Amino acid sequence: MHLFLLILIPLIGALFLILIPEKHQSLIKWTSAFFGLFGLALSIHIFFVFDKSALGMQFVESIPWIRSFGINFRLGMDGLSLSMVLLTSIIWFTGILVSWDLQERVKEFFIYMFILVAGVFGVFLSLDFLIMFVFLEIAVIPKFVLIHVWGSGKKEYSAIKYTLYLLTGSAFALIAMMMIYLQTMTLDFTQLATLTFSAPFQKIIFILLLIGFGVIIPLWPLHRWTPDGHSSAPTAISMLLAGVIMKLGGYALIRIGIGLFPIGAAFWAPLIAVIAVVNCIYIAFVAMVQKDLKYVVANSSISHMGYVLMGLAAMNTVSLTGAASQMFAHGIMAALFFALVGLIYQRTHTRMIADFGGLAHQMPRAATLFLMTGLASLGLPGFYNFVSEFLIFVGAFKTFPVLATMAILAVVITAIYVLRVVQQIFFGPRNPRWDNLKDISNVEMIPLIILVVVMLGFGIIPAPMTNLIDQGIDPIVQHEVKGSL
Amino acid sequence: MNISVVSLELAALSIGFLIIIFGLIFPSFRSSKTGGYLAIIGLLSMLIGSFFLPASNTQTFINAFYVQDDLALFFKQLFILAAIFINAMSLHYLKPYTKNKGDYFALTFFALTGMMVMASAAEFITLYIGLELMTFTFVLLTAYKKQDLKSGEAGLKYILLSAISSGVLLYGLSLLYGLTGKLDFAGISSVFSLGATSPLVVWAIIMLLSGLGFKIALVPFHMWTPDVYEGAPTPITAFLAVGSKAAGFIAFIRVFFHVFSVYTSIFMPLLITLTVLTLLIGNLIALAQTHLKRFLAYSSIAHAGYILLGVIAYSKLGLSAILFYLMLYLFANIGAFAGVTALVINTGHDRIADLTGLWKRSPFLSVIFLISLLSLAGIPPTAGFIGKFYLFTEAIHQGYLWLAALALGMSLVAIYYYLMVLRTLLSGTNEETKSFIIPFSLRLVMIVSAGMTLVIGIWPGPFTDIALRIAQSFL
Repeated sequence: MHLFLLILIPLIGALFLILIPEKHQSLIKWTSAFFGLFGLALSIHIFFVFDKSALGMQFVESIPWIRSFGINFRLGMDGLSLSMVLLTSIIWFTGILVSWDLQERVKEFFIYMFILVAGVFGVFLSLDFLIMFVFLEIAVIPKFVLIHVWGSGKKEYSAIKYTLYLLTGSAFALIAMMMIYLQTMTLDFTQLATLTFSAPFQKIIFILLLIGFGVIIPLWPLHRWTPDGHSSAPTAISMLLAGVIMKLGGYALIRIGIGLFPIGAAFWAPLIAVIAVVNCIYIAFVAMVQKDLKYVVANSSISHMGYVLMGLAAMNTVSLTGAASQMFAHGIMAALFFALVGLIYQRTHTRMIADFGGLAHQMPRAATLFLMTGLASLGLPGFYNFVSEFLIFVGAFKTFPVLATMAILAVVITAIYVLRVVQQIFFGPRNPRWDNLKDISNVEMIPLIILVVVMLGFGIIPAPMTNLIDQGIDPIVQHEVKGSL
Repeated sequence: MNISVVSLELAALSIGFLIIIFGLIFPSFRSSKTGGYLAIIGLLSMLIGSFFLPASNTQTFINAFYVQDDLALFFKQLFILAAIFINAMSLHYLKPYTKNKGDYFALTFFALTGMMVMASAAEFITLYIGLELMTFTFVLLTAYKKQDLKSGEAGLKYILLSAISSGVLLYGLSLLYGLTGKLDFAGISSVFSLGATSPLVVWAIIMLLSGLGFKIALVPFHMWTPDVYEGAPTPITAFLAVGSKAAGFIAFIRVFFHVFSVYTSIFMPLLITLTVLTLLIGNLIALAQTHLKRFLAYSSIAHAGYILLGVIAYSKLGLSAILFYLMLYLFANIGAFAGVTALVINTGHDRIADLTGLWKRSPFLSVIFLISLLSLAGIPPTAGFIGKFYLFTEAIHQGYLWLAALALGMSLVAIYYYLMVLRTLLSGTNEETKSFIIPFSLRLVMIVSAGMTLVIGIWPGPFTDIALRIAQSFL
């Protein structure tokens, strides 16, 4: 019942929130925090009871869903999904805490957020393509409302752009899903894994999935929704968007694309590797010239997802473990980044880098955390990001030595733009306009500290996380090897 | 004589007449809402009773001209459900337009009877009588807002165009009678199966396709839809969109799955052409609409196109997909039209622009619109997704990949325009900040329809089972 409960917690939470009158704002926030904590506690509990030595899916639960289609509501979990579930619950909980100062339409905000989280949990836990697709859309749609209503800047434009991009992507995935279904009359991952598909079929399916899920990752040139979407979204939603939603694409591509259609994946791998390099380097350059702080962070997210793509393209155990680790590491890091940007924006009401200067005097805590996050993003040893980037490049060198080397260059560019931002905002000439700025308060530090502890903790002792992810990746790679023989 | 076959029709007629007679005896009854409550109670008991009625191919009436099989009963239940919803929607809506509410509620029963006759008809004259009963009542209901010019215009347009389409249909029927000497479905199809093809059959098929296509608003027989939908009282628009269309589909199913089953090679190309046109024109013109009801009219035209994919698939699963889709289409459309009704009650307008800032004025109504329109757009977790998945998969399964791809592409266009409406609703602020007053009955309709949209979307199993069982019993 663990997995059902995990999806139900946010839904029950949303139901509770509906019943609380709008005027009891603090009660709404405490209830949200309670459910967030409950979800986090449950996923940590699962993390400990999960048997890391056994291969395959655990906690499998199944009930018939649509009998006439032969589709079951089937949930299960391996190391890969567990790491993503852990990521989701951490960001969910910290996102609630970050939204503590929200004043406008608090109740609806948390309701939509909870529905979104339920969708995300569902995607990571479902063992049936149709169920996964349904959950994917549940994760996409609330976002439209969240950006549209609680966002800032050109939020209407961003919300519609985000939704149209993602739904168009879904249409491609839907076509792939229908083709698979008509071929096999099942969409169950376990059953599909036992079947072998012809090479041309795999190639067609994989490219459809690549486009469909690539929009979410996002891969260049389908990434155009990302900067606007991230920048317009409210803080907690940016955290979820960059931290979790973008990982849905990578997760689905590993689980379905590489896991079930290895020949197709191998065929398109060079293309993914090239796109990965473009993602890493080109978008890093784009991030360098941004004037708006949130656009820098948003573009850096796209650039970092390039590493994930590189790991996917290489398709060996090391690189895939690296890719999944990068998804986890980047999720935590991006959440931290957006939380900090949100806190700074809340105080200064500007995000233009040129407006700042010397903030380290007034906001030493913010400066320290921002610098740490920046260093994590350029892959400094000691952070989990380093571990994952290391794994990706070690794995990728075997298959794409030239492209992998080029992608490493992106780390240098990342260093340039991150340090530039840190320098211009926190150091440099002091801007007297911000002399009375307050630093981050103790309460506001709680979510930030949780995120930093996770980032540093797994950076220093990476084994629990990498072993966990490895448990999920191993069967996928074995299937891949078996399929290519 | 098996009276249980026509029990629902008899009940509907008697309740309808009862409301009229009460109105004649007690003048105050005509102007009060009591008639509406009586109507709803009557319909609810009919709905409950309908689940205890026997249904099979052998349940017939008058020389098997009238049959109560699973399919007919399913459609009747759908019609009764729609009638309950629209009567509940009308309770408060009618106040500014008319004093004679009683007649209005009675008329909905006659429309309902017409639809139910169409569902059960196993012979063309019976079918035609049901169709005309439904059409005439709808003309009266459409023009019910007597002071409203648009309502009168809609009524006139509807009766003129219906008359032409009925003429065409009757001409087709006379050809069929001339060719076969029979009018009952089984008789005609048995004559056809002997293999005596005459070129006139093609002509008859074209005539029937246009006559019935008019009712389900297929392009190019859709011209009446936007105007009539816009002018009619909103609950009646909902009844047209849901009930009249479903009644058209049951006739369509019986005629094309049964009577002309030998001539698939003749009518299929025609049907495919019409479907392509309907999908294209319905969806593309919907993009340019500024009035909610006209917008929903074009969306309903487009949905006729999606549902026709099931007819084109021409299989058990195709039929079951149609039935499933009609179920979810009912709930989604009722939700949307109930939303429009609430909007009209509160603002007096039904332009899309009037939705601006609605999320501030009524979060409840916004959520209803969100769920209903997402279902029409076919986005999970609402029921629309499963329905489209079912229809498209079956179309591909029967070899119409290109058609399914077109429908999928057009669904993307549809997603765009539904989102544009939702966007208006979520964005901006209205000078008017008064929060909405939504009467309890309307609220209930919305909750039930939006709730069912979600239930069918999240737990479709039982509903697809029902659809499949009925499709299997028919084919």
